[in-house]
Amino acid sequence: MLIPATTARRRLLAMLTVPVVGILLTACGGGSGATPEAAASGGSTAALDPNVTLVLYNAQHDTLTKEWVAAFTAKTGVKVEIRQGSDLTMANQLVAEGSASPADVFLTENSPAMSLVENAGLFAPIAPATLAQVPAEYVPSTRNWIGIAARSTVLAYNPTMVTESDLPKSIMDLQDPKWKNRYGAAPKGADFQAIVSAMLELKGEAATSAWLTALKNNGQAFSGNSAAMKAVNAGTVASAVIYHYYWYADQAKTKENSKNVKLHFFGNQDPGAFVSVSGGGVLKSSKHPNEAQALVNFITGKEGQTILANGTAFEYSVGQGVASNPALKPLSELGAPAVDESKLNSQKVTQLMTTAGLL
Amino acid sequence: MPQTEPAAGAAVRRLRSLPPLRLLALCVPVTAFAAVPLVFITFYSYEVGWDGIRPLVFRPLIAELLGNTLALCGTATGCCLVLGTALAWIVERTSLPWRGMWLALLTAPLAIPAFINSYAWITVRPGLDGLAASTIVTTLSYYPFVLLPVAATLRGLDPALEESARALGSGPVRVFARVVLPQLRTAMAGGALLVALHLLAEFGAIEQLRYPTFTTAIIAQYESTFASAAANMLAAVLVLCCLAFVTLEVLVRGRARTARLGAGAARPAVPARLGWLTGPVIVLLLALLGLAIGVPAYSVIHWLTYSTVGAWDLAALLPVLGTTAKLGALAAVAAVAIGFPMAWLAVRYRSIVSTVMERSTYLASSVPGVVVGLSLVTASIRYARPLYQTTTLAVAAYVMLFLPRAMVNLRAAIGQAPPTLDEASRALGRSALATFRRVTVPLAAPGMLSAAALVFLAVTTELTATLLLAPTGTHTLATEFWAATAEIDYPRAAPYAVCMIALSLPAAYLLLRQSTRGARP
Repeated sequence: MLIPATTARRRLLAMLTVPVVGILLTACGGGSGATPEAAASGGSTAALDPNVTLVLYNAQHDTLTKEWVAAFTAKTGVKVEIRQGSDLTMANQLVAEGSASPADVFLTENSPAMSLVENAGLFAPIAPATLAQVPAEYVPSTRNWIGIAARSTVLAYNPTMVTESDLPKSIMDLQDPKWKNRYGAAPKGADFQAIVSAMLELKGEAATSAWLTALKNNGQAFSGNSAAMKAVNAGTVASAVIYHYYWYADQAKTKENSKNVKLHFFGNQDPGAFVSVSGGGVLKSSKHPNEAQALVNFITGKEGQTILANGTAFEYSVGQGVASNPALKPLSELGAPAVDESKLNSQKVTQLMTTAGLL
Repeated sequence: MPQTEPAAGAAVRRLRSLPPLRLLALCVPVTAFAAVPLVFITFYSYEVGWDGIRPLVFRPLIAELLGNTLALCGTATGCCLVLGTALAWIVERTSLPWRGMWLALLTAPLAIPAFINSYAWITVRPGLDGLAASTIVTTLSYYPFVLLPVAATLRGLDPALEESARALGSGPVRVFARVVLPQLRTAMAGGALLVALHLLAEFGAIEQLRYPTFTTAIIAQYESTFASAAANMLAAVLVLCCLAFVTLEVLVRGRARTARLGAGAARPAVPARLGWLTGPVIVLLLALLGLAIGVPAYSVIHWLTYSTVGAWDLAALLPVLGTTAKLGALAAVAAVAIGFPMAWLAVRYRSIVSTVMERSTYLASSVPGVVVGLSLVTASIRYARPLYQTTTLAVAAYVMLFLPRAMVNLRAAIGQAPPTLDEASRALGRSALATFRRVTVPLAAPGMLSAAALVFLAVTTELTATLLLAPTGTHTLATEFWAATAEIDYPRAAPYAVCMIALSLPAAYLLLRQSTRGARP
């Protein structure tokens, strides 16, 4: 009976000390800023409590996040429970949960979901040491969350149905009648809605509404980007607006859903060249801010970004000094438009899409 | 959902004055519990108010969804009715050999969840989509819901009526149309309602075939906006569709009774001679089975053997199986525990009150999983935070959805334990509790087990409520299968499909047995 009793006492002690230490740290620093700094300074993990289990709301790729979490737990001992979902479900869920949310960290595939949570005032500022790991272009001006990966908009097309000279100069050209029934998208997905939010930011409401109405009338709706690319591959539709990595990931595997598909990068700062930043943030309501900040620090640091670059996700790395997967067309050559991630307005997009009858 | 009455029920159908208050005290909360989603949706709609509802409900997309949903319900229910009735007639009323085997094989599609069937069809015919494809796939999945009750009724019909009609000079077609068909009305209406309710609730199968209906639109809204007013208002319209179907069924079923007086001597109907048609009919049946069972079997095996990487990743599969089994077991125990007093009330104290209470649980359970899921998420996050994201809430949703499956079996089970035996036991000096434990429960045990098994198996393939309610870190066979198919990773989905089919086989068997047993005169 001796051993369990000791374990129990130790656990009790841990339970008592963690909040106390947390309160002390917060009190000393006079705000939430102190705790992250302590955690992130020099990547030190000494202050982390291995008895903590973080709750991670994850809208990023399941596989990638599992790799990140496994490496993080191996390094720090901090366990992470993953709740899998999609960007906007989880963002709206966090908003509905408010300060009583069980989540400590939120990871997304796109920025609009991050700004939704940020606008509700639910994020704690990212620790400066973590911010230093990612170039400013992948961090919103508010610095309440941080880029963890990036993905580029592309037009996937079937070269037997669309010749190279026929390709649209801009994503806006797809509303031209000559593309009627010749393009598709996955409008229900957060990926597509992120692209539209960039379009809204760059081209304004009227142009975006018109484009969405054209999609409803002329385009084909698919349940997801994978399904859209598969349809292009099968010749069901000539082209589809998707993200780049679906193609690369399939090419790396069996090419089964992409052997008849080519990618068209719009470039020229076109809304169609939008590079969407995947985000990571720490909830203000987290009971384990130390560990939560450490997880975001780990993901954006050298180890986390290397896991991304070497893995099968084929998203772009955004960490300082970590090159993306060499198979990808370099991020610097994409001609992406400059967009402040924190301005992307998913609620307006949902509203416009609802009006257009897409949702 | 009319089900065939348990035969032993006749013996206990004697009216007593009023059920004991203690029993009512157990049953009233059950009725209230089952009605939570309906009540919540009503309350929420009231709260949103007319001005809030109008822009969310009266818009072109809703008209489109309504058109799509009703079109699918019309075509697929119609196909199921024709196919199910024709098959039942062939199996029960012709000289077709090995009818027991045919009935079992033709029921087997019930073991293949519709979203696996859809996955299978997309495998053999990529690019399949739209109304026609959805109709084909869902018909192949759901026709046994018509076949089983119609076959059971045909088996129980008194052939004397048909013989009289024939003796009066009617040909076989006329006899079928004028004498047999009217007697099948109740069974057909019940089967059709079951099909229509499944169609309203179906998500996975139809989503893969790119045919937007209310359920797929609710999931889309949920994915874009979580538990928003827009999502809840779509759910409210879907609930209205359900209520409309349930009412329609009551009207179609009518009040006509076709039962004969007294059990009488059981005499099987003289089968219609197929003669030279036997061969072609068998070929047709085999072709249908090829479509309904062969295609899914081929696709699943194809994907299992396709990937050179071990598709059977046991380390990944076992925890998922464990979680699924745990949820299923919890829901099964809860449903039997909750359903028992209700079934007891319905069988032992038959009155208008008990019938209304029992029927109202059926009505509440006709609400699609997505609505139950959404209303529980919305309600718990607002009013019952401690329940939010808990296993308890997920299990509660399963019980709300699958209580009728338990009730049908529990009623039969309690019917197996006639009150005369209770009375004998009491007269011999046993206490009420001891009588319940030593007499009633042992007699009702097999039925209780079937009830538990059916709920358990239904949970193992439930998708929409699970998607919305599963606690953090909870993965079930259905959610993992769905996650894989959403990424078009068909090989990864295959092992989950195999597990779900394996788990559904006993459910199909139980339903088959229920229908063959229920109709024995």
